[in-house]
Order: sequence, then C-alpha cells, then structure tokens
Amino acid sequence: MSGPRIVYNEGYLDEQTKRVVRRALLKGVAIPGFQVPFASREVPMPRGWGTGGVQVTASIIGPDDTLKVIDQGADDTTNAVSIRAFFEKVAGAASTTRTDEATIIQTRHRIPETPLTDNQIMVYQVPIPEPLRFLEPRETETRRLHALEEYGLMYVKLYEDIARYGHIAKTYDYPVLVNNRYVMAPSPIPSFDNPKMHQSPALQLFGAGREKRIYAIPPYTDVESLGFDDYPFEPQRFEQPCEICESTEVYLDEVLIDDQGGVMFVCSDTDHCERTLTARELDQSNTDQSNTDQSSTDPITDHITDPLTEVNA
Amino acid sequence: MYVAVKGGEKAIANAHALLAKRGRGSADAPRIDYPQIRDQLGVLVSRVMAEGSLYDPELAAKALLQAQGDVLEAVTLLRSYRTTLPRFGITVAVDTVGLPAERRVSATFKDIPGGQQLGATFDYTHRLLAEDLETPDVATPTAPVDEPMPRVTDLLGADALIERDRPDEGWTDPDPGDLTREPTVFPMSRAERLQALSRGDEGFLLSLGYSTQRGFGNNHPFAGEVRVGEVEVEFFAPEIGHAVPIGRIELTECQMVNQFVGSADQAPQFTRGYGLVFGRAERKAMSMSLVDRTLRHEEFSERVVSPAQDEEFVIAHSDNVEAAGFVEHLKLPHYVDFQAELGLIRSLRREFQARHGTEASATSTSTSTSTSTSTRSEENA
Repeated sequence: MSGPRIVYNEGYLDEQTKRVVRRALLKGVAIPGFQVPFASREVPMPRGWGTGGVQVTASIIGPDDTLKVIDQGADDTTNAVSIRAFFEKVAGAASTTRTDEATIIQTRHRIPETPLTDNQIMVYQVPIPEPLRFLEPRETETRRLHALEEYGLMYVKLYEDIARYGHIAKTYDYPVLVNNRYVMAPSPIPSFDNPKMHQSPALQLFGAGREKRIYAIPPYTDVESLGFDDYPFEPQRFEQPCEICESTEVYLDEVLIDDQGGVMFVCSDTDHCERTLTARELDQSNTDQSNTDQSSTDPITDHITDPLTEVNA
Repeated sequence: MYVAVKGGEKAIANAHALLAKRGRGSADAPRIDYPQIRDQLGVLVSRVMAEGSLYDPELAAKALLQAQGDVLEAVTLLRSYRTTLPRFGITVAVDTVGLPAERRVSATFKDIPGGQQLGATFDYTHRLLAEDLETPDVATPTAPVDEPMPRVTDLLGADALIERDRPDEGWTDPDPGDLTREPTVFPMSRAERLQALSRGDEGFLLSLGYSTQRGFGNNHPFAGEVRVGEVEVEFFAPEIGHAVPIGRIELTECQMVNQFVGSADQAPQFTRGYGLVFGRAERKAMSMSLVDRTLRHEEFSERVVSPAQDEEFVIAHSDNVEAAGFVEHLKLPHYVDFQAELGLIRSLRREFQARHGTEASATSTSTSTSTSTSTRSEENA
C-alpha cells in the first residue's frame, strides 16, 4: 500500500456534512427556538465537550472570520484553549480573545459582558437541548408537547418552586420563550445572562452534538425568560464589584483564596476584566503612580492576574 | 485552587507529553507494534471495530495502542476517523447461510444439518491462570466442508413454527437507515435499532439482556444458533450492472428463538431476536439478540414493564462514546453554574433560617404550653 493510511479532510468535517449542518441551521433560523434534528458527527473530542458547538462553528467559519472561544466566560480555561487550538489547526482560523474583534464566539456557559453587534455570531455548546427533559424524559413525548405548544408542565414546575422555596429555584439553563412560540433551553448560561439574549443584534446558534439537535435565535428576536405576573423572572445580581477590575453589574466567580473560608469575587469574563483593568490602570497611572505599585505587591491579585496576562502574550 | 484550571495551553502540552511517557512504560522493553495487537488481542480488536462501527483490524489495533488499552478511547478514535470517510453506498445484504462457519452451535437441536462446530471458543476452557501460554499445532482443515449449513431459524421457518424473517410476498429489501448520516428520531425502525445495538456498548447490552432473563421483560430465549465466520461482502456497482465482491469480514451472528403464545390475530409461533456484530463477539451478539427481541414488544402487543423494553431508554444510552463523553465532561469547569447555585442555596438558607428562627420560637412556645398543661394536671392530681 502506498501513501499514508490515515488521512483527515481539510477542516476535519467534509463539505457534505457542513451542508447538512447548514441546512439544519437555516431551518433553525426559520423556526426560532425549534430543535432541528441533525445527523451529528463524531468530532475529535469527547461527546459532551462541545461537539455540537464545534460542528456548528466548523460549518460557518470562513477565511475572513475571527474566532473567540470561551468556557465559563474565560478564554484560557483548558477546554476553550483546546477547541481554539483545534480550529487553528484544522481550519487555519484567526483567533482572538477580544469580544469586540471576534466574528464568531463559541461559548460554554456564558455570554460575554461586552455587548454584541450584528456582525457577530454566538455559537452555544448545549448539553441538554430539551428544556422539558427533566420533566419528561421521552423525546417522543416532548416533541409532541412542543408541537402542541403545551408548556403547562414547565409552568407547574416553576409554580412548585415558588410554593416550596418562595421563588423560582432555577439559576442556570433558565427556560426562555423564543419569538412567543417555543420554550427553549438557553444552554447552561447563568440566568444573569438571559436578558442579553432578548433582541440581541447577534445571530445566536445552538449545537447539541451528543443529543443531535440544532436550534437558533435570529437577530432581534424576542426572548422572554419564563415567569409569572406576580413572580416575574429575576436574574441573579451581585452586590460586590469585581475585586480585580472593579466592574459592577457583571457576573462574578467566587475564588477560594485560602483554607480559612477566604474568598474573592472576580469577573468570569476574562476579556472584559482584562480590558477594564487595563483602561483603569491607564487612567490611574496618569493620575497616581503609587496605586499600581501597591496592587502588584499583592500576592493574591498577582496569582489571579497571571493567567490573564498569559493570554495577552 | 480553581484558578489552576485556567491558563491551560502549556499545561495541556505538558499533560500530553506525560501521557505519552506513561504509555511507553519502560524504555528497555520493546514497544508493542500494532500487528501484535491485531493478531494476539483479536477479541479486543473485534470489540473496538464493532463499537467503533468500522471494520478495519489494523486501524482498531492502532487505536488501541494510541489509547493505551482504553477501549472506549480507542472506539472514540476510530469513530472520529470513520465519520470523515465518504460513504459510497450500501452493500448487498451479507449471506450468513453461505458463511463457512468456523464456529456454529445451536442449543435448540442436538444435531443440525451441517453439524455443530465448536471452533475457537473459551467455552469449556478451565479458567485457570496459566504461567505460560502454549500454542499447540492445529492441523489446517484439508478442504472446506461443502455440506450446506442452513440457519436453524430457517429450518423452523419451513414449518411456520417461527415468524418469517420477511413478509411472504410483495417484499423488496429496503435501504437500511443509517444513524450516522440521518438524524436520530424516535421511534426508530427495527433496522435503525439493530444498527444502534450493533454499535452499542457490550457491557450495557449484556446487563440489559441479562435483566430480561431475570424477569425484567420476560422473553424465554433459546440460543437457536450462534455462528462465527468470514463472509464475503458484495457491492452493487451500477456501472458494471452486477454485484462485485469487495472483501471479506469476520462476523458473529446470533439468532435467538423466543416463545410467543400468539394473539387473537396471530397463530402461536416462535419469535426471533437478532444479533450481528463484527469479529468474534459472541457475548455481544447474544446480548444484542435478547435486547432486539425485547424491543419488539409492540409487534406482539406485549406489556411494557421493564427498562430493556423501552426503546428510548435503551437506544439513547447504549452508545458508549456518547455516554463516556457526557459522564466525563463533569470534569470540565462548571464554576459559573456552580456560582449560580451557590448564590441560590445561600439565599434559600438565609430564608430558611429566618423562617426556622420564628418556627423554633413557635415550637418552644408549644413545648412550654404542654409543660404547663402537665403541670396543671399534676396540680389536678
């Protein structure tokens, strides 16, 4: 036998498969919030690690695109690094960590803090695309419920939460009603991010590889988080600012800093944090030199900012 | 510290280097080469081919080597390669009657046309650990026995004692579904189900099959026939106008014969469960045929009472590439969602404690009331 035995296609997915995915995407865009079954392929990473998002991104990415990949809001979490490296390798795609420079943002569990524009596409990695799954495990049944727009189960669940806990006990993957028709799982983003989906100028695509479903929200579509008139949807709030960049109204990660229960709250969106910090430091160094010296002697802050500066490099 | 999860590029490279080193073991010992795995760990290679859905012993052996013996990892490697290959078409259905069986046993009849043949089997070996492995000389068979080996189920079928494997008339072989190229939608056709089962995890199918024997989906099976051997694969090429052989593959086939008492419309008849798997994979083929039969409950108006009868439960969870990936994805950082849950549980606990504080005082009030009551009754006494 001559030539290498094992040959992979350029860009990994073959054109035929990209077409299959694109057709599903088009159908998804045409029926906002509807889960389109598609022949999900294996991709060279485990199922459940973003294989749906990877297939969507692989099918829409072109030579002019700039890709940003985040996991938990961060560009430098291991899986985000791994997926970005995959596309750099197989698609030769340009990549960035800056939200405002990206044309495609593949994400797991967050929507960036920086407002999106109509030149951008969000690609969500979705573990369980069916919002009714934990209320009704059978696909045959849930598809029927969606077809009949029968969402009583979901409202009963939310009502029971209120009866039991005093408020809706759903903090992430908080169900939304898309275009006033389909109840949709927004993927496990915190409910903090839900309002960003409503009337977003960016196209939002959702890929569930293991579950073999694709769905979409076209730009400027109504996305309403479920609630009741007397118990409306309430996104999470953080009272404190980020301890690195002092941003408020952003999603924060709680970082344990010692074994005495000490914690600090920092931005989950590393790009936002880094840019806010840079802007603030620039401001400060213009006015007061000594302040920056003080912050760099803090060992904790040093530890946290280390990986952030690594991304810069 | 969770922050350690961040900052990964260098960490990933280092981890992969360490992984390669662990896989190499001692540098003094020679590296295993894939032909050794292909030839000496044939049963393992069969499993990787079956669950990887790709008949290629060489690639399966390479995958096993690369995966350091992790079967599911090897299956994932093979699948991720397979999915990039073009599909030229569908072969002609393989003819397992013509399969010159290296092994063929039936539990339903003492003697069968063509005879029983033990072949290469672990059955009846004494499972005693051996210090050294011996390879006795085995005479190569002089000439292939030309006696036909009809399937046991076909013999039963001649007397209509068992359901036919296709309708009597008006039947043309339909193109099978292909779950790897078509969207998965439930309920499935039996052909799609069989494909899913054939690709499914051996351990999962074994346990499900076992559960049906133990009363969770009673189906009274008999191993009608198990046969292992190589079969020719033919492909119909429109340019040529007839089927051309494109190669040979080793298969294990199991036909399970199951009891069925009949219904108002159907005369009592035995029913079938079918298993077909790449390579030497008897346990898998048998498990598959048990589960296949169990999943056919609708055709026989059987009551659905057990997990193995539930198509969505069985098929959606039989794929070990999907199962392994999703279970293991729990290793990925989840701190955004966890943060959201932390926030919620803190507020719920605050509310509970506020409530509990008032309830606790209410309880103590009632206790004091009962104490005062008993005091009163004592006074009364």
